[in-house]
Amino acid sequence: MFEVVGATLPVIAAATYYFGVTAFLVIAAAVVGAAGTEWLFARDRGWSTLRDGSGLLTGVLLALTLPPGVPLWMAFLGGVVAIFLGKVIWGGLGKNAFNPALVGRAFLQAAFPITLTTWVAPLGGTWHVAPSTLAPPLMKPSVDVISAASPLGLSKFQHQSTDLWSLLVGNTAGSLGETAGLVLIVVGLWLTIRRVFDWRLPLATLLTVALFSGVLHWLSPSSHPHPLFMLCSGGLLFAAVFMVTDPVTTPLAPRGAWVFGIGVGVLVVLIRSWGGLPEGVMYAILLMNAVTPLIDRKFMPRRFGGKS
Amino acid sequence: MTGVAFMLGGRTFRHGVHPAEHKEATRSRPIERMPFVDEYWLPLAQHIGAPSKASVSPGQKVQRGEVIAEAGGFVSTFLHAPVTGTVKAIELRPHPSGKQLQTIVIATDAFASQKITTLERPAQDADAATKAAFIQRGGLVGMGGAAFPTHVKLQVPKGKTVSFVVLNGCECEPYLTCDHRVMVEQAEQVMRGLDLILELTLAKRGAVGVELNKPDAIEALRQAIGTRPVEVVGLTVKYPQGAEKMLIDALSSREVPSGGLPLDLEIVVQNVGTAAVLAGLFDHGIPLIERAVTVTGPGIRRPANVMVPIGTPVRQVIEHCGGLLPSAGLVVLGGPMMGMAQKSLDVPVTKGTSGILVLDQSTKTVSEEPCIRCGRCLEACPMFLNPSRLAQLARAELHDELAALHVMDCFECASCSFSCPSHIPLVQLIRVGKALVRQKGSSQ
Ligand code: SF4
Ligand code: SF4
Repeated sequence: MFEVVGATLPVIAAATYYFGVTAFLVIAAAVVGAAGTEWLFARDRGWSTLRDGSGLLTGVLLALTLPPGVPLWMAFLGGVVAIFLGKVIWGGLGKNAFNPALVGRAFLQAAFPITLTTWVAPLGGTWHVAPSTLAPPLMKPSVDVISAASPLGLSKFQHQSTDLWSLLVGNTAGSLGETAGLVLIVVGLWLTIRRVFDWRLPLATLLTVALFSGVLHWLSPSSHPHPLFMLCSGGLLFAAVFMVTDPVTTPLAPRGAWVFGIGVGVLVVLIRSWGGLPEGVMYAILLMNAVTPLIDRKFMPRRFGGKS
Repeated sequence: MTGVAFMLGGRTFRHGVHPAEHKEATRSRPIERMPFVDEYWLPLAQHIGAPSKASVSPGQKVQRGEVIAEAGGFVSTFLHAPVTGTVKAIELRPHPSGKQLQTIVIATDAFASQKITTLERPAQDADAATKAAFIQRGGLVGMGGAAFPTHVKLQVPKGKTVSFVVLNGCECEPYLTCDHRVMVEQAEQVMRGLDLILELTLAKRGAVGVELNKPDAIEALRQAIGTRPVEVVGLTVKYPQGAEKMLIDALSSREVPSGGLPLDLEIVVQNVGTAAVLAGLFDHGIPLIERAVTVTGPGIRRPANVMVPIGTPVRQVIEHCGGLLPSAGLVVLGGPMMGMAQKSLDVPVTKGTSGILVLDQSTKTVSEEPCIRCGRCLEACPMFLNPSRLAQLARAELHDELAALHVMDCFECASCSFSCPSHIPLVQLIRVGKALVRQKGSSQ
């Protein structure tokens, strides 16, 4: 797993570049929450999960899905919940059904919906620390950030498009890890070449989103954004590289991987186009996590020498 | 169409793994002869099937090549003295399987000429049953490692036909090169053996499957083909290509039915080494009394391919190859994937011993981690099983579910264990699972 942790470094660097040290602080808080909880429960159970870096990874991934202005205590709490509800109660690494980072993120979203959807514009300065970042626990953060709408929000609610180039270089409002499309593409290709993850999962997801949203856009260009925009916005690339590829919570067999990826893709487009939320990746993945055991049962490899 | 459609070059089966080959140390070393040693240990069980029955008694003098044990049934075979000498004892001795088994011990007569007493050969036009009995009398077994009696496979049952004979020259296990050397040095005998198999089974065509990492073997065999209806097919290097079912899939894109035999597809498979011995048996009456063994690995001083009389103690073969290095660790008989780890060097080379592999101590043991459901074992398993699940079920001793998920299709190739990033001993667990299912089946 350390290779995946390493693969998040360029993303962390990009986040720090666009959002300043705030990004770094948020990541640190989530990691402390996640790894600390892991340590607390792993100590007497003999799990080796601290050694394999998976607790660390959960913390980093969770932080990268959060908005830059999120208070540190929330990031910390998210890390704790991610490990506790996402992993500990299932019995540890390999037994959890849902992606722990997304469990943490879903919890935060439910508990603090406003904060979790308040985006700030990038490039506020390297040493810029948003005042909300340091907000004390359980206090209502003073809404003094210069909030900016995310590209998906702009598209959904104001029918305003963001140009592709901004999406690719990351010069947009959004969660810490989701804005720099190019970095994510390169990292994804690298992990594919190194065979760290099953390339079928991200490929199936992205292809499905492209095809499905392509058809919608072709039918009605005014109400449905261009498929390239869909691909590059709102954490889809980030999720395709780091969430959809989590081996533990996705199907075992290759055919199952295709089914999972296609399922995520379809759900993302459905939620984005017809749901109340501009963003749907998180729920799409959690839903598909839930049906993974079913997919596993239905899509095992055909037996060699069996009647086909 | 009864024939088998196969194509040229670069074919392979689906799934499988790519372990490091480690064949450099011995691939170009000609097979050398092992000198005679003082004593030979011949277990009565060296093959699949019923053990042989000793036909000599302690104190009796035996000639090299003479029968010392007869077949204990149809699926069983004969055993011959690898050396001229005296039967010293018939007693329990350590066997490579880890058990103590009945073994004929022969003390070498240091002054004998060691001329081979040959078997009387059947007439050219003898019937198939006579020839099969002769093969059994010659003590032939599959020399790729499984040691299944050859005559059983070559006697086509009534109502069945064979249209295609496959010689297995894959040698897909890392480190091993003895088949490679046999193909290079005895290409004519291999082809002659293939002729005999074609004749016995009435098959029309044959093929030799050789992995592409042995270009000199492919070349030598192609030179030896002559006008035979035979093709030498180069296969993409991958483990376990040498498994019968995988090799057939690679050559013909057909799957042997689960629980079935190659014969169900009108195919017979034999190892190239077996073919060479078969030629010697029919042309000169020489039984199976010696075999090529690759002695190699980081813990051996002088890696080599050695022609070893059956029954030679492993310790002495290792000494012949310069002995162990100080760093020597685990000793394995066979290859690293499917071979048997040995506790002691005081076991004999048997008919199925293709290699003596000495690993070094630094081959470290790694600790097991939880399954992360990465699916690599599924993509490795050539039988398309779910090793991760089977291992879990074996741990939970759920034999009905094990059987339902076809645990008996597993032939223990260890590709799953090899591919597992969490170092779960999958094949060991699945082996336990198979034993559970077998027990359950026999107790009903
Ligand atoms: S399950 Fe059996 S056949 Fe499949 S890879 Fe493992 S050992 Fe080989
Ligand atoms: S290879 Fe190992 S970790 Fe991966 S699914 Fe199989 S058993 Fe689990």
